[in-house]
Amino acid sequence: MVSLKTSVGSVSLERPGMIASGIMDETGKSLVRVLESGAGAVVTKSIGLEPKPGHDNPCFMEVRGGYVNAMGLPNPGIDLFKEEMDMAVPKGKVIGSIYGAGPEDFSKLAAKMEDYGACAVELNLSCPHAKGYGMEVGTDPSMVGSIVSAVKSAVSIPVWAKLTPNTHILTQIGLAVQDAGGDAVVAINTLKAMVISPEFARPIMSNKFCGLSGGAVKPVGVRAIYDLKSVLDIPLVGVGGISDWRDAAEYIMAGASAFQVGSAVGTRGLGVFEQINSGLSAFMEEYGYSSIESMVGAAHE
Amino acid sequence: MSDVVTIKKVVQEAYDTKTFVFDWDAEVRPGQFIMIWIPGVDEIPMSVSGITDATKSITVKAIGDATNAIHRFGEGDKLSIRGPFGNGFDLSSKNVLIIGGGVGTAAIMPAVVQTGADTIIAARSDKDLIMLDTARKHASNLWIATDDGSVGFHGNAVQLMREKLKEKSYDCIVACGPEVMLYFTYKACEELDQDCQLSLERYMKCGAGVCGCCVMDDQRVCRDGPVFTRSQISKLTEFGVSKRDACGRVVKFR
Repeated sequence: MVSLKTSVGSVSLERPGMIASGIMDETGKSLVRVLESGAGAVVTKSIGLEPKPGHDNPCFMEVRGGYVNAMGLPNPGIDLFKEEMDMAVPKGKVIGSIYGAGPEDFSKLAAKMEDYGACAVELNLSCPHAKGYGMEVGTDPSMVGSIVSAVKSAVSIPVWAKLTPNTHILTQIGLAVQDAGGDAVVAINTLKAMVISPEFARPIMSNKFCGLSGGAVKPVGVRAIYDLKSVLDIPLVGVGGISDWRDAAEYIMAGASAFQVGSAVGTRGLGVFEQINSGLSAFMEEYGYSSIESMVGAAHE
Repeated sequence: MSDVVTIKKVVQEAYDTKTFVFDWDAEVRPGQFIMIWIPGVDEIPMSVSGITDATKSITVKAIGDATNAIHRFGEGDKLSIRGPFGNGFDLSSKNVLIIGGGVGTAAIMPAVVQTGADTIIAARSDKDLIMLDTARKHASNLWIATDDGSVGFHGNAVQLMREKLKEKSYDCIVACGPEVMLYFTYKACEELDQDCQLSLERYMKCGAGVCGCCVMDDQRVCRDGPVFTRSQISKLTEFGVSKRDACGRVVKFR
């Protein structure tokens, strides 16, 4: 009998799939619904110090191969988010995603998430469409290092850093996370993108720029995990375009100990977690992998 | 997916409400909605108010920036739309009583056309009534209610529904309107043990069930709804009580 149990450092998971930050994870009850649908953990919407409405509509649309979005980090702010966490934490593992402009913001937010019962924090160092946040702070290795080390001294729960593929120095940024004591790297966030309407001769998103997610980005994400696995010793979490067990297996074999699913919740529905779990079990059974761990990084040998 | 469509016809429904008919051959079920982009202004969800094979329509009350901007569109203008989204009504039984309140009438009209069922249209006053011609043509019986009694039954949609349910039994109530109307429709249905399907509304961003901004409890109005059954609604603690703003903060209705 194969086991889908896995762990990301000290965070053990009954099942290897989590909901990616930004998807059905802004409210407590929504997080609980995702936990009950076969996810091993949930990652919250990225939460900041103050309430933020995000970018104006249009901030989302369907494109060939996936979605683009420029949600712009909408969130109720860390103080109000306590009641959502209170509802979700008793029902399963919750990873608190947070965003900020620098080490001080991240430290304050991480400390609150720890108080609220998060089993880890995920630092959003990678949102491609929010000015002053995300990718703008997450493409400079020294900034990433100082954020991670500040958060590490502020909390005792594991600190994961979610990185952007919109850089040519991904492995340097990954090393900066590891050197600063980071517990895991999550990759990838969306690819910076734009959609233009020929009829109206303008970008469709109110924010002009957006991020591409879904099946189209999967090979980019798999490559990112493979590259990171080649240089890092800390565990990796793969995310980007996973919608079935094959996609998940690719990420695991590239080096991910666990994975996250986002856009496929839109295209496949919430049943996607159970579909991936059963497909992965059947594959592991047939090919003689007794555990997720035995598959991690298999493509490197 | 996103489509660019051309407006074929504009119908003035009331002093503040217009119907825009456009060429669109997508398959749409009664009760579904689309997202309409108004360049430079906003993107908003709109119920589909008319369905033929080759055309669809929306019926828009001018109440804010986006809806006023749509009112400036005319015949031949292009609309950029996404969808259709949502589940739509279950019209497997034709023995239903359909109720539209205010501009919510737009959302139920395709169900009236498809079923020919008995229909109640309600509004504040005679000048606010919309889509009566279509309803008259298709509904077996059409009953009108106005809050001020200027035409038809003097009272609201729920009061008239209660009267009609004394005279005839229906398999299901199908309704869309302001949340306060739907809340009391639901309460009356619980009291009378009457099945219902209500089309609900919340602030939306993606429309596709991804972002989670439009949730009512754990249900996404855009994807799990917008039409919910009586038993589903019985589990929604936020229905009629509170909504979430663009930041995801709880806003109480009263």
